[in-house]
Amino acid sequence: MSPTPPPSKLGSLEYAPAPESRSSATIAAHYGLFINGSFREASSGQNFASINPATEEALSTISQANSADVDAAVVSARKAYDSVWSKMPGAERGKYLYRIARIIQERSRELAVVETLDNGKPIRESRDVDVPTAAAHFFYYAGWADKLEHAGFGPRPQPLGVAGQIIPWNFPLLMAAWKLAPALATGNTCVLKPAETTSLSAMVLAEILQQADLPPGVVNIITGDGSTGAALVAHPDVDKIAFTGSTEVGRQIQRSLATTTKHLTLELGGKGANIVFDDAPLDETVEGIIDGIFFNQGHVCCAGSRLLVQESIADDLLTRLLRRVDQLRVGDPMDKNTDVGAINSAEQLERIRVLANAGDEEGATRYTSSCELPKKGYWFAPTVFSNVAQTHRIAREEIFGPVLSVLTFRTPEEAIVKANNTTYGLACGVWSEKGSRTLWAAQRLRAGVVWANTYNRFDPTSPFGGVRESGFGREGGRHGLEGYLDV
Amino acid sequence: MSNNRVAVMKTYKLLIGGEFVRSESGRSYEVQGADGAFIANVAQGSRKDVRDAVVAARAAQSRWQNATAYNRGQVLYRLGEMAESRRDELVNQVIAAEGLSATDADSTVSASIDLIIYYAGWSDKVAQVLGGSNPVAGPFFNFSVPAPTGVIGVVAPTESSLLGFVQTVLPPLCSGNTVVVVASEDRPIPGLLLGEMSATADFPGGVLNIVSGRLDEVAPTLASHEDVDGLDLTGASPEQAGEWATAAAESIKRVFVHHAGDESLSSLRRLRAFIETATVWHTIGQ
Repeated sequence: MSPTPPPSKLGSLEYAPAPESRSSATIAAHYGLFINGSFREASSGQNFASINPATEEALSTISQANSADVDAAVVSARKAYDSVWSKMPGAERGKYLYRIARIIQERSRELAVVETLDNGKPIRESRDVDVPTAAAHFFYYAGWADKLEHAGFGPRPQPLGVAGQIIPWNFPLLMAAWKLAPALATGNTCVLKPAETTSLSAMVLAEILQQADLPPGVVNIITGDGSTGAALVAHPDVDKIAFTGSTEVGRQIQRSLATTTKHLTLELGGKGANIVFDDAPLDETVEGIIDGIFFNQGHVCCAGSRLLVQESIADDLLTRLLRRVDQLRVGDPMDKNTDVGAINSAEQLERIRVLANAGDEEGATRYTSSCELPKKGYWFAPTVFSNVAQTHRIAREEIFGPVLSVLTFRTPEEAIVKANNTTYGLACGVWSEKGSRTLWAAQRLRAGVVWANTYNRFDPTSPFGGVRESGFGREGGRHGLEGYLDV
Repeated sequence: MSNNRVAVMKTYKLLIGGEFVRSESGRSYEVQGADGAFIANVAQGSRKDVRDAVVAARAAQSRWQNATAYNRGQVLYRLGEMAESRRDELVNQVIAAEGLSATDADSTVSASIDLIIYYAGWSDKVAQVLGGSNPVAGPFFNFSVPAPTGVIGVVAPTESSLLGFVQTVLPPLCSGNTVVVVASEDRPIPGLLLGEMSATADFPGGVLNIVSGRLDEVAPTLASHEDVDGLDLTGASPEQAGEWATAAAESIKRVFVHHAGDESLSSLRRLRAFIETATVWHTIGQ
């Protein structure tokens, strides 16, 4: 397979910069912990900086919660559960969620700007995906709050109590919505811990909860590093832990809760196979492969990071794919034309480099987009490895970056065997014009989500979550209620 | 019959991959009844037997999953037929194992058979009750179907030798999982007898595997086995459950721990414990 794409006729097109204005968002110089309905300083007085990964500028300082702060948040959540939230009729709970959904919509531009500055993702994605989908999640679950007896979990499903929720940095606001909306709709109160590098949109969300007049303590947001999350997991008065993050940390959490009665759902890593059969519509497929691996810089647990192509079309597809990769616009996340933004942190950038270097060392063929990278900030050019073997680290380990590994197969059976040859099982893609083949493949793939002739689609009505070492439990849809009910 | 006739003694064997085997370790142990009297020798399974059983369960899993739900229901119903036709044998073994009165043992056997029939009827309804279509905002047909978790390890209840066995083993089987069950250490025979019945109920080999023996020897292997996807710890003590659930975390197994009320059939808790929701998005277009 050739590592050099032929030039594209579109290659010479230039775009003028189209930067989104920063003025629609005001980021405070400092954010405290959101406990019992108001902001307060960490008991230790310690803070950490939140960095714009595209420029390395400090955006704000954030309070570092320790175990005393975690305890205060859990006490507040318990009090709100006992005195207010568990007694409130579902219809009333739902109205608070509707309010939150509406205010997110009303402050959507501000949220998109904050998210892009803090996370490094393109404004096009935070504007068109993260923020509207977050609002949609609250809107969807709002409607469940007074219909739980119809959800298929028995006549009077009960909430669990206080939910501790730990979310990752790749979709900060959206993951907060995925966690909070079903928990609140079912009558639980929450202590939410955002990721250390991306706390800012959660702080804006805290303001939104105040605007919505949500009773104090129903949602508490505690910022900090891994030690804050560990304190939340260990707190004896937490009834449920919902964690989204790496399989390694998920394993530690499952282990630490094994001797307790706490409920647990885990949404962990993945190594999604994107399978292209020889009858796939190639131009659409190329777009889908691009969405599958370069959406959100590949910082996506369900990313289609292993491309499995039927051998007879592999050369043709790879040529088209590399040509398309070369056209991706990489750079300023605030530019509305940008396709691929900044890597979220220096630490993640290093991990991507290590794994990509392993691809070279193990004999895969690297193609790097010819894009220019900004001088400051954390960047990694879109990269495609071909001639990848199943034993290579880049075919087995989650890279969580804009790096695609291309493998080939001859028969549909071989495609399934290779796709399932992983300890993960989060998501897969299938590209074919033949419906019977697509459904045949979907039945055999060990994955919680299968996208057929599309990739990386999310919707509040659609259950999301993995099998095997990608975790257990579902978020979204009717199924997403189960993790917050004692059923 | 002459009083001088010497009875034929039966040794109960492990069920692995559709075959009845003595333990590869060459060991057996004596099982006593509730009254302390000797009942029978039972094969004492080893860690290797557990691993063999997991291999057999894995090999059988995709065929069992991809059998039609109707077919799985028929096979499980056939087990109910077998149990009904040999119910006297089951009653006698439950009396011996648990020390129940004949009336109580008869009720237990009836309840066990009825529960087999109950789950036989679930196999082709799970997808409709637990799955469905999802109205996503876009040109996609999106549907969720329940899929079996895979290979499930079950630590069968120690006290309830037949009903407890059925309560834990049938739910994962009916949704397309294959099972490796560690029988009650002190009361293994009713479960092993049901295993014998499964062999004449058209169970494909490897769908149901039973290992009897010392719980503390064999269960940890099942709990930590990388190719076991889920673990039902109903028969474990709280200390054992904690230890084995910790081992299960290494490969992110789904772990079911018994709570009061779990046997309420309306909650479907046991059925849902080893079911994964698989969601498919398909584009809609001309």
